[in-house]
Amino acid sequence: MNDGGDGEQARALGGPDWLVARREAAAGRLAEIAWPTPAEEIWRYSRIDELDVGRYRPFTAAELGAPGRDDAPGGGVLAAEAGPRAGLVVVRDGRVVHTELRPDLSAAGALTCDVATCADHRHAERWFGTLADASPDPFTVLHDAWCPGGAFIHVPAGVVVTEPIVVLHWCDGDGRASFPHTLVVLEDGAGATVVERFASPKVDHLADVVVECVVGEGAHLRYLSVQEHGPATWSIALQRAHLGPYARLSSSAVALGGAYARLRTEARLDGPGAESDLLAVYFGDGDQMLDFRTLQDHAAPRTRSDLLFKGAVEDHAASVYSGLVRLRPGAQRAEAGQTNRNLVLTEGAHAESIPNLEIEANDVRCSHASAVGPVDEDQRYYLESRGIPPAEAERLVVLGFFEDVFARLPVPALVGPLRRAVHEKVGHLHRSGSRPPGGARAAAGPAPGATGGGGRG
Amino acid sequence: MSRLAILGLAARVRRQEILRGVDLEVGSGEVHALMGPNGSGKSTLAHVLAGRPGYEVTAGSVTVDGVDLLELPTWRRAQAGLLLTHQYPVEVPGVRLVDLLEAALAARELPAGALDRLGERVAAEAERLGMPAELLARGVNVEFSGGEQKRAETLQLAVLAPAFAVLDEIDSGLDVDALRTVGARIGALVAETGLGVLAITHYARLLSVLRPDRVHVLLAGRVVRSGGPELADEVERIGYERLAAELGVELAVPPPPPERDPFADPGF
Ligand SMILES: Nc1ncnc2c1ncn2[C@@H]1O[C@H](COP(=O)(O)OP(=O)(O)O)[C@@H](O)[C@H]1O
Ligand SMILES: [Mg+2]
Repeated sequence: MNDGGDGEQARALGGPDWLVARREAAAGRLAEIAWPTPAEEIWRYSRIDELDVGRYRPFTAAELGAPGRDDAPGGGVLAAEAGPRAGLVVVRDGRVVHTELRPDLSAAGALTCDVATCADHRHAERWFGTLADASPDPFTVLHDAWCPGGAFIHVPAGVVVTEPIVVLHWCDGDGRASFPHTLVVLEDGAGATVVERFASPKVDHLADVVVECVVGEGAHLRYLSVQEHGPATWSIALQRAHLGPYARLSSSAVALGGAYARLRTEARLDGPGAESDLLAVYFGDGDQMLDFRTLQDHAAPRTRSDLLFKGAVEDHAASVYSGLVRLRPGAQRAEAGQTNRNLVLTEGAHAESIPNLEIEANDVRCSHASAVGPVDEDQRYYLESRGIPPAEAERLVVLGFFEDVFARLPVPALVGPLRRAVHEKVGHLHRSGSRPPGGARAAAGPAPGATGGGGRG
Repeated sequence: MSRLAILGLAARVRRQEILRGVDLEVGSGEVHALMGPNGSGKSTLAHVLAGRPGYEVTAGSVTVDGVDLLELPTWRRAQAGLLLTHQYPVEVPGVRLVDLLEAALAARELPAGALDRLGERVAAEAERLGMPAELLARGVNVEFSGGEQKRAETLQLAVLAPAFAVLDEIDSGLDVDALRTVGARIGALVAETGLGVLAITHYARLLSVLRPDRVHVLLAGRVVRSGGPELADEVERIGYERLAAELGVELAVPPPPPERDPFADPGF
């Protein structure tokens, strides 16, 4: 898969000429690409050395089938949990198999379609791949070589979609690779809520994902991605947004599944007054590794960004948070905040937290905080002194720890199911009570007190 | 009719002996006050009764109707009927009072329907205690004032309805009106549910709203005197220092010797 092929698959996967040309160009570059190792800073602490990309076979055009044909695509429960919706896109192994949009929104010019088959390609062609190209890595090149199309959501200027547009990504196939792509474009003054759910069964699968969000002047995108992959799936995702003047991005991620699941979340604030809020909740158990790399990239004056990533790990799971706030020379009077907090629940679990600042403007405000520690012993005692058993006390504290993020998720109907999903995971693998008492305490090293810094550059 | 019996209880915290043989017995529907100056070991007793990690019992026993509490983990002691209200309640972000109470009740073997309309019961209890409803939407104790914390402790006591309550300075942080409200609520629990109370305080003012049947004075980890309600007035009048002097005992547990720092300035 990683040799780039002979250009045959680029044509066979179909779609408009520009998409085929993009695949061909990427396939050409694949041959000379150097696959990453943990020696590179951006892959430090990752498990990338355990990944043999060549082991996974992409789907052929015939296997993927023709796009957009399925009237009963499944995923009903996952879609229904999001509550009343404005639209639905169902994507199977990267192939869009179903799209819907409320007729009044279609009439207003909004669009949900497949990049590969959409009747009007202008907007897709203009934007597709441009955000990933601004932040490439070997997996975005691989993605470009094999991506069959993708979910395209376009909201024209001034149109506000209040209910969520739901995108379901189902990835299946043992030993296979899939390349889901989502492109969201909000023209000036538009508004939308987009929720994506990524899921797979218990298969050894590689999902190489790219999500691009273009937020025009004064537009507001509320975005939520939920990653609930099966325990053997590898997921490597880039999620990048570009914000115009006074644009607003409220982006959130809930990451629960996967064997190794990496999410690069990047927001570039290109226009003055743009605002970005990035949130995440993650919970790793078993042998999972959840790996987050974030970038808050301020390129314009009076931009504001904030980030709150909260995670917990137990059993032998690991998490990585590595985030950069970059304030470019033009970002005068910008404000940026970055907070990452982690609970380490058992002795074998591990969390890394590395916040970074890169300040090239001299009139900015930024702050960052990071913490890794066990569940607070006093909180646990307080709850237990009310008659709450230790395992339940721990679940309460962990869920409570996530609550400020849950309360801010843009799809309230999903909060209940997601809270339950986390509740299910906490203590799941050692619910029998085999955990050594106080194990978490010995494990986590530093007390949960925050280390932090702040300053005026 | 239940009986909480503390016999010859001695305990250490960080290797230092704090309790040096405490004897107390509280029956259902009785209110006992435990008074003592700062550092006499009152909170230590409360935490030893609740089974706080790090508190090591070196002698004695604690039983409720013959059941040995010291054998039980913290949560089982609460279920066995002994509930502690904390002097310094801990903030638990994202866990509302109703979540906490639901978890505590769900862990007990209660008849079906025991959890019905818990939210309404909590709201009604909050109103009775003069707690703003807005506090119920927050994490327990998160940015609560001292008075709000103590009302919240009382609320939990009322909903969980144990056989015995150890109130660790439920009066501190309360203004006069709040003290009256909280005292009246606890008094009602004593009268209506037969709650037995061990009220820890260093002021007699709580005892003007929650009339004690017995008063005990704890000095340096020992109950040095017990008496009727008049003992509280005597303590208030003469103070702990004079009482200690009259009885020829220490006032408080001596602070642990400072750890020797081999690199410290020798000071000569
Ligand atoms: N966790 C602890 N670590 C060390 N010393 C403690 C601890 N808790 C209490 N002590 C000591 O035990 C003694 C009694 O304290 P405490 O029980 O809190 O008294 P009171 O509640 O009567 O004011 C004091 O000398 C105090 O310094
Ligand atoms: Mg005390």
